[in-house]
Amino acid sequence: MSDALNIGLAGLILGLALWSIVAREAFAAVEGFMAFGLLLTLAWVQLHGIDVALTEAAIGGGLTGALLIGAATRLRSTEAAARVEGPGAPTRWLAAGVSVAVTAALAVGVLALPVPAPTLAPDVAAHIAVTGVGNPITAVLLAFRAMDTLLEAIVLLFALIGVWSLAPDRFWGGRPGLRQQADPNGILAYVARVLPPIGVIAGIYIFWVGADHPGGKFQGATLMAAMWLLVMMAGLADAPPISRTWLRILLVAGPLVFIAIGVVGVVTADAFLAYPPGIAKPLILVIEFALMPTLTLILGLMLVGAPQRGPLP
Amino acid sequence: MSAVINLWTVIAVSGGAVFFLAGTTGLLRFPDAFTRLHALTKADNLGLGLVVLGLLPQMDSVSGGLKLLCIWGLVLLSGATASQLIARALVRRDVQR
Repeated sequence: MSDALNIGLAGLILGLALWSIVAREAFAAVEGFMAFGLLLTLAWVQLHGIDVALTEAAIGGGLTGALLIGAATRLRSTEAAARVEGPGAPTRWLAAGVSVAVTAALAVGVLALPVPAPTLAPDVAAHIAVTGVGNPITAVLLAFRAMDTLLEAIVLLFALIGVWSLAPDRFWGGRPGLRQQADPNGILAYVARVLPPIGVIAGIYIFWVGADHPGGKFQGATLMAAMWLLVMMAGLADAPPISRTWLRILLVAGPLVFIAIGVVGVVTADAFLAYPPGIAKPLILVIEFALMPTLTLILGLMLVGAPQRGPLP
Repeated sequence: MSAVINLWTVIAVSGGAVFFLAGTTGLLRFPDAFTRLHALTKADNLGLGLVVLGLLPQMDSVSGGLKLLCIWGLVLLSGATASQLIARALVRRDVQR
């Protein structure tokens, strides 16, 4: 029974992946991609990767989908022209061939793995007590492979700088996005008043349980950013001008705290990003708390886009 | 007792599945966007509602059941909002034409 469900799920995922590739309109492709993300979430749940499922739902399907919808809407007016100038049949077939070859190589690689596959899971299980956290994923992300997480946070910051750098000179330092004009008594404003308290509690909860259960700062921050975007879209609050000092400080605070703790580790624990024994858990908490507002702001502002209004009201 | 509960679950979840099937059929077959929205929200509201009601007695804990009810409530809220927004955008477009 569950085999049939799994095969059906895999078939749907493959079908949606194909749809995203062959759909003629960018908007239709993006919709396929978002549904693909949701089904991929279910697949991760079936594989008992709840942490990955949460991340896929929040970031892969939700946030990336929203970013792509924004991009597709902007490109809509130029889409017909772009299709005319598009690559010819030989290029397309070549691209398809290369994609299939890469997929086949990956499939061969995965299938050729020895059984049981090489794994570091026993090592993680043996040393997780040192970190003080109960969720092995969090232990890997913030203790054993903290460097990856640090670089991830910095990459996101660079991405936001990249978005901002698309601003015309005269709007530099101004408010991102356009001023939203929504009916103050409309349904959107109503939801933007009702939903955020629930969403913020859920976000903080997911963030807080990340130490011992599936969850964490990325998933929690995505929920918080979504609530913030909802309030902004309903016109209840405006995006801050990107020149604000408090905003800049919060944006770099997370990575800076992370790096500072890493540098302290050089002195106290003989390696960058190593935690002195005994206080690993508090340090991990400090990093998580510092990263949470940074990630919320980065994810929210990335969706709002480049500054489009002057710095002065 | 458990047989009655299981029977209730089967009936309610099957009823929910019927609403999802009908909603999907409506989404594919109805002539314009407003009727399609109507079909879609029926699947969300009634279909998911029946599935949740059917699963409630199967939950181990009260908090699990409350989570199910919360999910239903949130889906109701988001479904109602999204369909309102889409319908209003459609009306505005029709007026401009």
